[in-house]
Amino acid sequence: MRNAFVAALTTIAAEDPRIFLITGDLGFSVFEDFAGRFPGRFINVGVAEANMVGIAAGLASCGKVAFTYSIAPFATIRCLEQIRIDVCYHNANVKIVGVGGGLAYGPLGATHHAIEDISIMRALPNMKVLSPADPVEADLATRAAVAVDGPVYIRLGKSGEPRVHSGQPDFEIGRAITVKDGTNITLVATGGLVYNALLAARELATQGIDARVISMHTIKPLDEEAILRAAHETAAIFTIEEHTLIGGLGSAVAEVLAESGNRKVLFQRIGIRDRFCHEVGSQEYLRELSGLSPQHIVSRVVGYLSRELSKDIM
Amino acid sequence: MDIGAQGDLIMNSDSENLTAPDVQTLESRARQIRRLVVQMNAAARSSHVGSALSIVDLLVVLYFRILRFDLENPRAGDRDRFILSKGHGCTALYATLAERGFFSKDILDTYYQDGGLLAGHADNHNVPGIEVATGSLGHGLSIGVGMALAGKHDQKNYRVFVLLGDGECDEGSVWEATMSASHFKLDNLITIVDFNKLQAMGRVEEVMNLEPFAEKWCSFGWSVREIDGHDFRQIEDALTKVPFESAKPSLILAHTVKGKGVSYMEDQLSWHYKSPNERELALALEELEL
Ligand SMILES: Cc1ncc(C[n+]2csc(CCOP(=O)(O)OP(=O)(O)O)c2C)c(N)n1
Repeated sequence: MRNAFVAALTTIAAEDPRIFLITGDLGFSVFEDFAGRFPGRFINVGVAEANMVGIAAGLASCGKVAFTYSIAPFATIRCLEQIRIDVCYHNANVKIVGVGGGLAYGPLGATHHAIEDISIMRALPNMKVLSPADPVEADLATRAAVAVDGPVYIRLGKSGEPRVHSGQPDFEIGRAITVKDGTNITLVATGGLVYNALLAARELATQGIDARVISMHTIKPLDEEAILRAAHETAAIFTIEEHTLIGGLGSAVAEVLAESGNRKVLFQRIGIRDRFCHEVGSQEYLRELSGLSPQHIVSRVVGYLSRELSKDIM
Repeated sequence: MDIGAQGDLIMNSDSENLTAPDVQTLESRARQIRRLVVQMNAAARSSHVGSALSIVDLLVVLYFRILRFDLENPRAGDRDRFILSKGHGCTALYATLAERGFFSKDILDTYYQDGGLLAGHADNHNVPGIEVATGSLGHGLSIGVGMALAGKHDQKNYRVFVLLGDGECDEGSVWEATMSASHFKLDNLITIVDFNKLQAMGRVEEVMNLEPFAEKWCSFGWSVREIDGHDFRQIEDALTKVPFESAKPSLILAHTVKGKGVSYMEDQLSWHYKSPNERELALALEELEL
């Protein structure tokens, strides 16, 4: 996803002289092309995320579109107050890009995991929160972020994510993408886990459960209509995120459902429990431990449905 | 060196403390630790091998000659504290702790592995001997200030040592901590900067110039010494003379070489990222022959 983002940004920057890229000493072997082509618009501020965000806000106040870049927790939480005031309060045209959303930096440990960034960014007024599912969506999210005025957080994976989309889907901030149609239940996933949701849906199909899969690439503003439609048309909604259960995608969907008056639809959140990860291992291993593998998703869904659902829907 | 108005900069003089056999022992320990470091980074295919090799000599003197601790009770209240603020250099710390007897060397094999005990940044949760979890740069010195304040308050004699990267000194929080340490007259706090002149995207002077670096620390109220961070006599001499002045925190600006000890890694930015392949590992181990 990182490469798709940089490629898109470099293409846009060739036509749009407002684009600036500011990094906190990250992006080795990633930004060379951008830096070579637009040396005056590439700024490495060193390992100084708070300064990076303040500088971006200053640039934005002078008409620039300022992209900041670091590892997701450092791009967001390490400089939170600068984001809240310098960027959000001023509705500054700053796009915050975090690489390594969720557990992507697996074995590097808890300091490098981003599992609270969605809730924290979502809480900030004026902030839009994008969480693309694959390189295709990362490309489209980057373009959409430039097209819209004001603060945007783009939560990227790292590299080598499998593609969810074979073609170019319609991508609009705030409009969920239905990746797979389905009539029995809905899996609402975000980020790299959309792929796992698809694999889970394939397995569920063999067990007679027809699952709709939605890529909720925008967590804020949330596509309430897609959720209400799913609540109306399918019997259960499961949210799936590589993120704490507190305040993220699952919470956002729960808020919509709770206030919708729909008392029929079943609802479960799949995500990371309220704890830091002290285990060591790859992203795949840590996803496994956190119950986020396709197999875990299938068991959660089947286990829950068999307890809750009446026979005719099964 | 021009020392500015404060005149706080003390130049090093060679130590008489270390005998030639002492130096030899430290050298062979450092070589052994470097061997473990390259093996860990190679097996894990993890980044930061150069960052780890840079600090091995400093860690060897700290852990084998300077720090006061009790292996039987590594959390004893009056132990000296050490914080590896540049947590990405962790393989050097893990190998040093294992070599010093804090935990079994078998544990080193679990570095970075699924279900292992050692993560890619220093973490105090799974093994003894590590004070705090680091990995997000710019945190360690503030924590060190807190520990030093507690030591003063509790009238304990322990010292607090914090090891910073030079690129890490870009973080504003480092300078907030620096200012507070001298304000609170923390002469029980010692910072070592691993001044290897490289950071993640290039040379320090090109990415974010720190100069005049020593003078910055002086003007922030620290007593400063510059040493060769690979010369055991100079390291030992500086570390045995702390605090350099009473009522002031001490800064040791250690000139180092990123990737030190493996010729093809020395002063090469790419070894911030790469890990040695089989052939490169063999070469490194050959150079680090005991
Ligand atoms: C807050 C924060 N920002 C960014 C990073 C990513 N990062 C890891 S190492 C590094 C460069 C550090 O340079 P330096 O302190 O000089 O260490 P060394 O050269 O010894 O590796 C960066 C930017 C991080 N770990 N923490």
